[in-house]
Amino acid sequence: MTDFYHSVTLDPDKCKGCINCIKRCPTEAIRVRKGKAYIIKELCIDCGECIRICPHHAKQATYDPVTAVLQAPYKLKIALPPPALFAQFNNLEDMDIVASALLRMGFDRVFEVSRAAELVSDATRRIMKYGDIKRPVISSACPAITRLIRVRFPELCDHVLPLHAPVEVAAALAKKEASEQTGIPLEEICTAFISPCAAKVTAAKSPIGAERSQIDYVLALKDVYPLLLEQMSEEQNQPLTNTGRIGISWGSSGGEGSALLLDNYLAADGIENAIRVLEDLEDEKFDRLDFIELNACSGGCVGGVLTVENPYVAKTKLQRLRKYLPVSCNRLTSPIPAFFKWDQKLEYQPVMTLDSDLSVAMQKLNDIEQLAASLPGLDCGSCGSPSCRAFAEDVVRGKAAVGDCIFRMRDEIELLGGDQTDLRDLVPLPFRKEERDNG
Amino acid sequence: MGELVKLHYDVPGDDFTRAGEASSDVKKKLKTLGIDPGCIRKVAIAMYEGEINMVIHAHGGTADVEVTTAYIDIALADQGPGIPDVALAMTEGFSTAPEEVRNLGFGAGMGLPNMKKYTDDIRIETELGVGTTVYMRVNIA
Repeated sequence: MTDFYHSVTLDPDKCKGCINCIKRCPTEAIRVRKGKAYIIKELCIDCGECIRICPHHAKQATYDPVTAVLQAPYKLKIALPPPALFAQFNNLEDMDIVASALLRMGFDRVFEVSRAAELVSDATRRIMKYGDIKRPVISSACPAITRLIRVRFPELCDHVLPLHAPVEVAAALAKKEASEQTGIPLEEICTAFISPCAAKVTAAKSPIGAERSQIDYVLALKDVYPLLLEQMSEEQNQPLTNTGRIGISWGSSGGEGSALLLDNYLAADGIENAIRVLEDLEDEKFDRLDFIELNACSGGCVGGVLTVENPYVAKTKLQRLRKYLPVSCNRLTSPIPAFFKWDQKLEYQPVMTLDSDLSVAMQKLNDIEQLAASLPGLDCGSCGSPSCRAFAEDVVRGKAAVGDCIFRMRDEIELLGGDQTDLRDLVPLPFRKEERDNG
Repeated sequence: MGELVKLHYDVPGDDFTRAGEASSDVKKKLKTLGIDPGCIRKVAIAMYEGEINMVIHAHGGTADVEVTTAYIDIALADQGPGIPDVALAMTEGFSTAPEEVRNLGFGAGMGLPNMKKYTDDIRIETELGVGTTVYMRVNIA
């Protein structure tokens, strides 16, 4: 059974029980219960939309504090900066400035994720050319998208590229390289990924396609950012990075796709847009597409909820940085190494199913249809469910009662002989037939 | 017990942005029933093609879906011009879609052939000037 670990969590002290997050969640995974938002584990894909929308900052991503890795008893600590990190700084023309600052912060080595990204691009090109995989191939780099496909798009599971995301490959390569060069055994080396988003925290803690991740710590980019700024200098930087345009371009939407050197690729970003593409793909509405790159965040990884800079400004900064780089610095010199590949298939998790028995499920669907038709259709969220339809499902699944709808509650009070005239006067504004004189 | 689920949709005419709403809703609901994904896909594709046909040729119509434990029936009814030669219309690549529709990427003459391909049974009742009803069945694997 799949373990639904989540990096997106709730700080109950800050949560006011408002309905902002339940309305924004693309998988309808949040309900308000007992005055607090509650995440349905099976449905959450860790996209981070609720973190973005919560006006009270009650939704948060869990990750490791920077001190945890810097004080950890490992002999060698390797920082894994993603392309998005290099997109946060003004006028950055040299990646080594950031990499050297990471050393001054206390890391022993730096292995930028974009190096591995170039190798993953190379591996993907080979799979596209020689591999036996359903077209169009869907990128597996965004963990929120992979998790979305797993719970909502059963027919698309076989289209997902069975390769680890660049960060996972980077972690494995960095450890191997460091161990070979220093003689320090692998178990005394740790990797720390500087994550732009919540989904990648989840991917490291509970990976898809592997038993265990090679990423030992996941830090928030926004935590590392101020510490790095203190350490950044134009002077005394070492030549640490080895990345080309292809690798760094993975940081924004379209980068991975364009690296395949194909004409027939599609890149979509923003979770709602990605869902629309997947829906259309499922219905075979696309013709002659070879590759689909989807990013849950608008703009791609630069739009991650743990980043600092405006995603579109960050994208421009990446463009500027690219100018000084060669096309690519890393390519595979052998067949695709086994550790690049998933050792488990992406398996559909039918979390939406009403019942394992078809007849019972049909009865429940009928009950939902009937109840949904009788609800006001205002989708007000006062019941704690994101829409009237979702509320009807919750009732039939036994997770809510009909009277939890405030409009239904009103009807029931009237039936019980409550003061009817007063209640009729209390018709909420959207339902009022005529304007009331507000004086 | 609920041995039958009935779903009814009005398919608006001449609005390509809304064509596919019914099949998309059916797809979502079939997934909650836990029906085999391959079977759901067939229903979604066949029904989408039918919806598009109704939009292109017949100014819309209605879609009725019946789900039983053994099969899914789809009936798409319109009051459009009717199909003069059903056998010809079933030929891959045959299209009477107007130029402006083809320019939108529709009307490649794969509608009815795809509906036939993705369903286990298809029956077409049509009368010129009166309308067309397409009955399709997908068996639940």
